[in-house]
Amino acid sequence: MAVKAAGRAASRTNFKPPGTAELIQLLTPEGERAEHPDYPLDVSTEEIKSLYRDLVLVRRIDFEAIALQRQGELGIWASLLGQEAAQIGSGRALSPRDMAFPTYREHAVAWCRGLDPTKLLELYRGVSHGGWDPKEHNFHLYTIVIGSHVLHATGYAMGIQRDGAVGEDGEAVIAYFGDGATSQGDVNEAFIWASVNNAPIVFFCQNNQWAISEPLERQSRVPLYLRAQGFGFPGVRVDGNDVLACLAVTSKALQAAREGQGPTLIEAFTYRMGAHTTTDDPTRYRLSAELESWKLKDPIERVKQYLIRSGLADESFFTAVGAEADEVGLRVRKACLEMPDPAPLSMFDNVYAEPTALLIAERAQLAAYIDSFADEEAVR
Amino acid sequence: MSSLTLSKALNEGLRKAMENDPKVLIMGEDVGKLGGVFRVTDGLQKDFGEDRVVDTPLAESGIVGTAIGLALRGYRPVCEIQFDGFVFPAFDQITTQLAKMRYRSLGKVSLPVVIRIPFGGGIGAVEHHSESPEALFAHTAGLRVVACGDPADAYAMIQQSISCDDPVLFFEPKRRYWDKTEVDLVGGVAAAAALDKARILASGTDVTVLCYGPMVRTCAEAAVAASADGRSVEVIDLRSIAPLDTEAIFASVRKTGRCVVVHEAPVTGGLGAEIAALVTQECFYQLEAPVLRVGGYSTPYPPSRIEEYYLPDLDRVLDAVDRAFTY
Repeated sequence: MAVKAAGRAASRTNFKPPGTAELIQLLTPEGERAEHPDYPLDVSTEEIKSLYRDLVLVRRIDFEAIALQRQGELGIWASLLGQEAAQIGSGRALSPRDMAFPTYREHAVAWCRGLDPTKLLELYRGVSHGGWDPKEHNFHLYTIVIGSHVLHATGYAMGIQRDGAVGEDGEAVIAYFGDGATSQGDVNEAFIWASVNNAPIVFFCQNNQWAISEPLERQSRVPLYLRAQGFGFPGVRVDGNDVLACLAVTSKALQAAREGQGPTLIEAFTYRMGAHTTTDDPTRYRLSAELESWKLKDPIERVKQYLIRSGLADESFFTAVGAEADEVGLRVRKACLEMPDPAPLSMFDNVYAEPTALLIAERAQLAAYIDSFADEEAVR
Repeated sequence: MSSLTLSKALNEGLRKAMENDPKVLIMGEDVGKLGGVFRVTDGLQKDFGEDRVVDTPLAESGIVGTAIGLALRGYRPVCEIQFDGFVFPAFDQITTQLAKMRYRSLGKVSLPVVIRIPFGGGIGAVEHHSESPEALFAHTAGLRVVACGDPADAYAMIQQSISCDDPVLFFEPKRRYWDKTEVDLVGGVAAAAALDKARILASGTDVTVLCYGPMVRTCAEAAVAASADGRSVEVIDLRSIAPLDTEAIFASVRKTGRCVVVHEAPVTGGLGAEIAALVTQECFYQLEAPVLRVGGYSTPYPPSRIEEYYLPDLDRVLDAVDRAFTY
């Protein structure tokens, strides 16, 4: 038995995924503009500068949130560090009428949709379970159970079809999930449903290489984008640290979905630069050399290099963005510190459309119980 | 004797079970190199190898479904579900397959699978990380459902569960992972009560308080506080939720005449309701008061900033004990 076990372990170590993965890239890590025949991108200087601004601001919000967690102001935080380009590129490709279904790490997509970042802090502070109106920004609530929302996104896309909102001026859905989620039954079922219904949806998988401590090879033996083929729709791998490529690839896939050409799987090849969440310790399971090599592919630095080299932005631009980031950081911090705890009795709200007799009774019971301590305090 | 945290005691129990039986496997998300998010399996993959401590794909239905297959092939898998709220993708495999295979095969197939689930709140976590879903499984015939309350018992119970030929849902009180007690690593299992037996934590004569998992410590503290008020509280750690040790429960209630059941899970449709019905039926003439329940409200688990109002604590247990004397 021991021999067989060793054999299996060895084959695992020697594992090489079949297939050559083409990586769509429009901006190299060194900041050189590249072209791709299938993804021409006509983007103005102003747009690139505004993408850069978004990247810097969301990273700053993320840093602030990590600091707030370390200071005990947030219960936990799931950092997006390293994944800014994948999220800003895809988020900016959405039209206001498109609908986005995030996991719990899509802080930059939330930013693109116009959701106030402090709403995200509410969740991580333990003040609410989200609480924003998905319809307000066409940005669904964060989903923590891995992969569940990918089916919701698919069903929403089927609703778009039934509303006749596919075709010219059509709408589309984007579902975000990670490499780990591709193992879940729900995600694979979503692929099937979207495929057989030709639903207007883009599956946007941020492959950040790690599902907490487990590397991609624990989830898949083929590059993830190749899986789409087996389900009957196109899959494409994009440099997830290249905001221009993410914008171009997602724009094209969304447009195809809106026009009735069905789903696309986009694998944004990126890297989780930080821990899974603030409670995680990645030094237990991954090598620092890997992190160092990905630092050279930083999603923000390459845009900056491009802007400088091309003479499209000068120092005053970068200083101004830095100053704005400081401002946003301060605003987020202040909002977090000033955030009131929910009223204890609010836990009974919104369980049903109308409160049941049981909930009304329990609410009164807790109110009386809390009051009994107030009396005690008064007596003392 | 060694002074161990509950997390470490489980780790030692798992290690012992793996040493004693080469068929014992551990499988789950992040249980290998990371050692589990609560470090319960820390170091086991290093010592027993990747084939016995398996970092699985991120798929709970897959973890339990393949564990069933491994058990059919003669292995004794111990699955870890990372958090209580993540067990539901595996709910189908657990309730329709794992629970019923013995019955369906007229006793020819045993599935000695253990499913470890950190459960309960009080750690300031986000949604789906603080739930108490044990009643859903206790409602399903064919599953044994147990919860450990302290490190010494955790060390024994995990080994008892692994050697049990029935499937066992093993609930671990996650906010007690860092509690420490003395654990007897040599004679601990032999000295422990059988897996389906309750244990009397504190003897008393006035009221019986039944609890399990994270509420064991809370109720033990409540008994001490109540004794200051001259109330003699008998605290029973149920340990096994399915089946219930009804003999121990009835014997205690017949003696005290009062019964309070405490759990974090919502009281609506919960274990407390089942126990209250049984006690009322069997101890009707000895009861001085109705059986009272202390537990979560009939709401989803609330945001963590107000979880202290949702969770039963020392004061709420004492409040119920007091109420038991008002009839």
